[in-house]
Amino acid sequence: MPDLGLNVLLKGKNMQRLLSGLWTAMRISLIAVAISMPLGILLGVLMTKKNPVVRAVLRVYLEFIRIMPQMVLLFLVFFGTTGAFGWNLSGELSSIIVFSLWGTAEMSDLVRGALISIPKHQYESSEALGLSRSQTFAYVIIPQTVRRLIPLSINLITRMIKTTSLVLMIGVVEVLKVAQQIIEANRMASPNAAFGIYLTVFLLYFIVCWPISMLARRLEKKWKD
Amino acid sequence: MDWTVIAEYMPLFREAAFLTVRLGLTGIAIAIAVGIACAVVLYYRIPVLKTLVSFYIELSRNTPLLVQLFFIYYGLPKIGISTNPVVCGISGLAFLGGSYMCEAFRSGLEAIPPIQSESAESLGMSRLQVMRYVIFPQALSISVPALMANVIFLMKETSIFSAVSIMDLMFTAKDLIGLYYRTTESLFLLVVFYLIILLPISILGSLLERRLRYAGFGA
Repeated sequence: MPDLGLNVLLKGKNMQRLLSGLWTAMRISLIAVAISMPLGILLGVLMTKKNPVVRAVLRVYLEFIRIMPQMVLLFLVFFGTTGAFGWNLSGELSSIIVFSLWGTAEMSDLVRGALISIPKHQYESSEALGLSRSQTFAYVIIPQTVRRLIPLSINLITRMIKTTSLVLMIGVVEVLKVAQQIIEANRMASPNAAFGIYLTVFLLYFIVCWPISMLARRLEKKWKD
Repeated sequence: MDWTVIAEYMPLFREAAFLTVRLGLTGIAIAIAVGIACAVVLYYRIPVLKTLVSFYIELSRNTPLLVQLFFIYYGLPKIGISTNPVVCGISGLAFLGGSYMCEAFRSGLEAIPPIQSESAESLGMSRLQVMRYVIFPQALSISVPALMANVIFLMKETSIFSAVSIMDLMFTAKDLIGLYYRTTESLFLLVVFYLIILLPISILGSLLERRLRYAGFGA
């Protein structure tokens, strides 16, 4: 039986290198998540406001970001800013910018959806009970919105983690790139290592994302009215 | 921006766009078929198959398409399953899309109250007829918004095909940037062509959603 990559994986620091590549991708997504969650909440609240100018501007931003493949956005920021303004952004910085922009757009849409899904009678009933406007939000609206929002935003986090695998295409050395390097370096000794190494990367992503998805599903089930 | 360059690149991008659409639609069609099959398995709770389908769904939903494609394209040939880029792209898209489509159809099927199938059965319909004439049409109209969202999502995901050297829009843009440094023109055409492909689908989605909203009985 020829070696399918297990030996290569156990050789030297290969597994460690693979994991540090995974961490590079995770770091990008975690920074982007940290930026886009608060910004997304802010934009989502702004979108429920009546001001037509604010709404139109936000809508164009949201629709453009959401309809473009993330890979196109990466190219626009990575190559486009160099062409247009002469900036020389690193791959990692470009990807953080892109995933923050994209995450903010997706998050704001989730927030807007959660806010408008609260029926009007909730506001009216709280008013009828004599609650002030801030009390209405603090005790009635926000708790309900948060329950709808948390499972959806956890799902968004897994989507962002999965999408960071694209940063390979603008030259960031993440887990797939490390995998390629390891396979190349061992091409003579074990030509079939690609199978095992790519399978490992596949499983690594699964191990990261699966628990998060499970958490989202459990919370969704628990908080279902 | 140089318009003569744009005119020169236009045919290249048009070819690439056709390829993108063709591969995308093929992959999506297979994904829908896989999705329906899996949703039916889950709906009838067929033993063994049910476990396999849930396993597949978890695997496919929790891994990125790029990693799936790399495994199919570079990994599988090492154990004797070789593919060409096009087959690899389509099967990757179908593997990813199948689970998303399955979730869309399953939520539709589960939204149909049991009284529908009970009534149909009491009218003397066979199990297949109940599915074909009563449950599925209603479930489909409930699933349409999720289905269209998935179609847009999968069409966007085709941009990853360039990683396994399929000459799609992304590949063409990257190639032209690398060869001639015509960054602005290439990126402009890239955005325009993706808009040409994706905007109509998005608009069709909202039209369909409005039209099918009343198809459910008493809903």
